[in-house]
Amino acid sequence: MKELTYVRATDAAEAVAAVTADPDARFLAGGTNLVDHLKLGVATPGSLVDVSGLPLTEVESLPDGGVRIGANVRNSDLAVHPLLRHGFGAVSRALLAGASGQIRNQATTGGNLLQRTRCVYFQDSSTPCNKREPGSGCSAIGGYGRYDAILGTSEACVATHPSDLAVALAALDATVVVLGPDGERRVPMGELHRLPGHHPERDTTLAHGELITHVELAGSPVARRSTYVKARDRASYAFALVSVAAGLELDGEGPDAVVTDVRLAWGGVAHKPWRATAAEDVLRGRPLDAAAVREAVDAETRHATTTDQNAYKPAMLRGVTTSALTTLAGRDLA
Amino acid sequence: MTATPIRPRSMGTHLTRLDGHEKVTGVAAYAVEHALDLPERPLHAWLVTSTIARGTVERVDASDALAHPGVVQVLDHTSARRLAKPDDAELAVLQDDAIGFRGQIVAVVLAETSEAAREGARLVRVHQTPAAAPAEVVLDDGEAYAPEVANAGHEPDTTDGDVDAALAGAAVVVDATYTTPHEFNSPMEPHAVTAVWDGEHLSMWDSTQSVHGVASVIGRALGLERGKTRVRAPYVGGGFGSKGLPHAPEMAAALAAFAADGRPVQLAVTRQQMFSLTGYRTQTVSRFRLGAEPDGRLLALSHDALSQTSRYKEFVEQTATSARTMYAADARATTHRVVPLDVAVPAWMRAPGEMPGMFAQEVAMDELAVACGVDPIQLRLRNEPDVDPDTGNLFNNRRLLECLERGAARFGWAERDPEPGVRLDGDWRVGTGVASASYPALFMPGNTTRIQALGEGRYAVSIGAVDIGTGARTVLTQIAADALGVEPGRIELSLGDTELPKATVAGGSAGTSSWGTSIVLAAQQLRADHGDDPDAGVETTATSEGYPDMENLALHSFGAVFAETRVHRWTGEVRVPRMLGVYSVGRVINPTTARSQFLGGLVMGLSGALFEEGYRDPRFGHVVTQDLATYHVASHADVGDLQVEWLDEEDTAATPMGSRGIGEIGIVGTAAAIANATFHATGTRVRDLPLTADHFLT
Ligand SMILES: Cc1cc2nc3c(=O)[nH]c(=O)nc-3n(C[C@H](O)[C@H](O)[C@H](O)COP(=O)(O)OP(=O)(O)OC[C@H]3O[C@@H](n4cnc5c(N)ncnc54)[C@H](O)[C@@H]3O)c2cc1C
Ligand code: SF4
Repeated sequence: MKELTYVRATDAAEAVAAVTADPDARFLAGGTNLVDHLKLGVATPGSLVDVSGLPLTEVESLPDGGVRIGANVRNSDLAVHPLLRHGFGAVSRALLAGASGQIRNQATTGGNLLQRTRCVYFQDSSTPCNKREPGSGCSAIGGYGRYDAILGTSEACVATHPSDLAVALAALDATVVVLGPDGERRVPMGELHRLPGHHPERDTTLAHGELITHVELAGSPVARRSTYVKARDRASYAFALVSVAAGLELDGEGPDAVVTDVRLAWGGVAHKPWRATAAEDVLRGRPLDAAAVREAVDAETRHATTTDQNAYKPAMLRGVTTSALTTLAGRDLA
Repeated sequence: MTATPIRPRSMGTHLTRLDGHEKVTGVAAYAVEHALDLPERPLHAWLVTSTIARGTVERVDASDALAHPGVVQVLDHTSARRLAKPDDAELAVLQDDAIGFRGQIVAVVLAETSEAAREGARLVRVHQTPAAAPAEVVLDDGEAYAPEVANAGHEPDTTDGDVDAALAGAAVVVDATYTTPHEFNSPMEPHAVTAVWDGEHLSMWDSTQSVHGVASVIGRALGLERGKTRVRAPYVGGGFGSKGLPHAPEMAAALAAFAADGRPVQLAVTRQQMFSLTGYRTQTVSRFRLGAEPDGRLLALSHDALSQTSRYKEFVEQTATSARTMYAADARATTHRVVPLDVAVPAWMRAPGEMPGMFAQEVAMDELAVACGVDPIQLRLRNEPDVDPDTGNLFNNRRLLECLERGAARFGWAERDPEPGVRLDGDWRVGTGVASASYPALFMPGNTTRIQALGEGRYAVSIGAVDIGTGARTVLTQIAADALGVEPGRIELSLGDTELPKATVAGGSAGTSSWGTSIVLAAQQLRADHGDDPDAGVETTATSEGYPDMENLALHSFGAVFAETRVHRWTGEVRVPRMLGVYSVGRVINPTTARSQFLGGLVMGLSGALFEEGYRDPRFGHVVTQDLATYHVASHADVGDLQVEWLDEEDTAATPMGSRGIGEIGIVGTAAAIANATFHATGTRVRDLPLTADHFLT
């Protein structure tokens, strides 16, 4: 790999200043994604500023029942934290559905959100890829497409965002706290990641040098009654084909209970975690049954663009969404 | 002299793996871990590969690479040593400017560290010119031809009776096409070599299944005199066939060693490069036709197999050979066709031929069982041949039915409701399936063993066999002990070095059979020449030229695989909570290591059934799912309750130990059993591997 300088940051503001000043610098956290990219020649930074030693390692409860998660909290620790397990089941389950035990021990909250696509062409520097090399073309279009996006794609890029955690955070309206050269700013989770448009090289709305310091979640009934369902090519240690983070609040009991609030976000379908607001709208205010779920999912996937290789995704989204809502409703919807 | 059967004493017992301690404590040194044995600090080699599938290398511009700190040298086709015999195109590395596939070695960077070598490789600029004719890289691009011979010397085509007429007259016909994708051996230890050229001798530590094979092939191509190439492989982290023959990286390491002129060179192939350079199982397309009486008795059986080969070197997967021996049918035809493409050459992968061929055959048999309304085990019983349909020879020890029946009893088959798609347990649709397994009992002549008496009943036993992780070191010690009538602790076994007597490859499930027979022969010769208590220093060397009577007997192992699958009703995801394999393999020499071979075979079969798929990009020509995050093999969570058992038997017609090979049969039939179980669970018949979730969405 390319020779580079390595600095261990001891202060967040200094880390931000160091990276901001050098267009060739990158933050390094757990390294489970970035170090692969260094080896593959996908990323060729001139210097690394290691932020994994910054004291952003606490999970604190907030007065409103929410939590504030330090960017350096490891995926494995966050997954089993009592505050998350009880108040934000979708987050806990999403984390446990990701990667492997070893990788979760190493991976951080901030790094997880900013991991890059697993598109096979992005990772193969012998092929064109607009995300890796703007303007070179998109090899995924017309190539291997089993994992490609079906919503919000562009002619420039059809990649999906691979994070499971991000999907759960999108469903539960998390806020990402970011430190930049001009101080702190708060980014709603739905605005952190971008759709590819003409600039697939930009995964997020963060500026170069902006550091994620915390993620905040507000407590709510939908968060307490939330889960995550992920369909994948093997039982463990595989990225999502599709996934859903769902939260549900019902008024009443049994089949007549009316949906007062529902949250749905999908993974494996877009360049960002896909908040299925059209589907939520269909479900809100009516009793939950299989037909309603189907209608809701269909409303959201109406504009999906698929190929032979990922044509299965809308049906699989119906599957995971039905499965998640069945679990949350505590009764069979079929 | 020929070996005669020996009495089991250590054989059949659970002798603990002799090298287990070295392995789990990290002391065992693998191919690029021999730095302490080297005369000098090694240089690190990194491969630069082509990024077009067909064309020529105009120029390799190494200026940036050479300017990188630590980079010492860049070899290309203008500077690498010329081979004396470049007739094997796969091994004619850096010999000319031709590019035959994407991912071919076009330069080798040598540097002081592996990081510098890797960066050097990134900085090499290869100017390539695509050929005027477009590259042909997928089956549809090219045209099939009939090869002269299939892998392992098999006839490509056979005909017996009139299949078309028999099919036309059959009451029940199954006519379907089954496919298997590109599969990659993916051993834990990537292909890796340490090589040193001292001006006269080429020494290699290689991750190989055959030290003598590598030495003779590489030495001959380089024009080195016999005995001037030494290859050692004390420990090997798996091969599954991909290390059975030398591939291009071994030659690249040898050429780099010449260029380094005395300095050792270490080369470890990356996981991604393994997808182009170290062999794979070709995709296969099998049209299988069965014609039967209403009760399932076969009248006709035909298997037409299509696969791919490379344009520069032929490899023909023997996909249809198992159809020649498995079941009785008066009319039978098998064919092999291959499409030559601008791709890396396929090679051996665990049970070449049987794995994809028996997938097709055993799913077709399940379809026939359903069509006839006959239980799948009954169906196989009704089609049991009296003699081997292929050779007309008597089977020596065909106990397929016992495997099926014993497995059925243990698996609870009798309670099975044949109706597909009717069992739901929570969110899971449940089904069970069965398939037969078979693998020929192969024997390789020409293995030599030297036994030296060390006094006090101790013996040094030497043979250049390789333990690729299977437990050969342990099992051969047991065989030597029994052949000499001493305790295993009295045997000092040496293997994995061409300085030792010549041995054949750890492959074809023939290693233990062939090496073991040679050890038995040498032991019996030693006893014949020097009696029961030879003086220390007395030694005997013997070469086994034959043992089993292949002329008159059909020698095969058999098995039955049972699987339960669960298919998620919402997502289509498939799980295999339990599998059972029952095998007839002759004597099991070491139940512990044997069990691991069967379990490993079943897991690999499960992996092939559900996950493994190399996607070759039709535009670029290389496999783009080229790492273990995108080319999925089974993870722990995918493996449920696996049970293995074997019939208590010995087969002294096969080997003097009474054993047959066991390395490959575990992967045979497994994918079919799982596919059949998914049909039983869902009512959806999937004929294409892998059985991914999208097939089962409703
Ligand atoms: C084989 C494999 C399987 C996997 N499977 C899954 C899976 O199923 N689901 C899933 O969700 N993930 C999966 N992962 C991905 C894994 O979750 C990520 O690699 C990990 O979360 C990244 O975290 P990290 O701390 O190691 O990030 P790093 O690799 O250190 O960094 C990743 C990126 O984030 C940037 N960065 C890191 N921290 C900050 C910060 N605080 N502020 C700003 N920028 C920052 C870095 O500059 C870099 O660009 C898998 C990974 C592997 C290797
Ligand atoms: S989909 Fe996006 S990441 Fe993949 S090749 Fe196209 S541009 Fe690159």
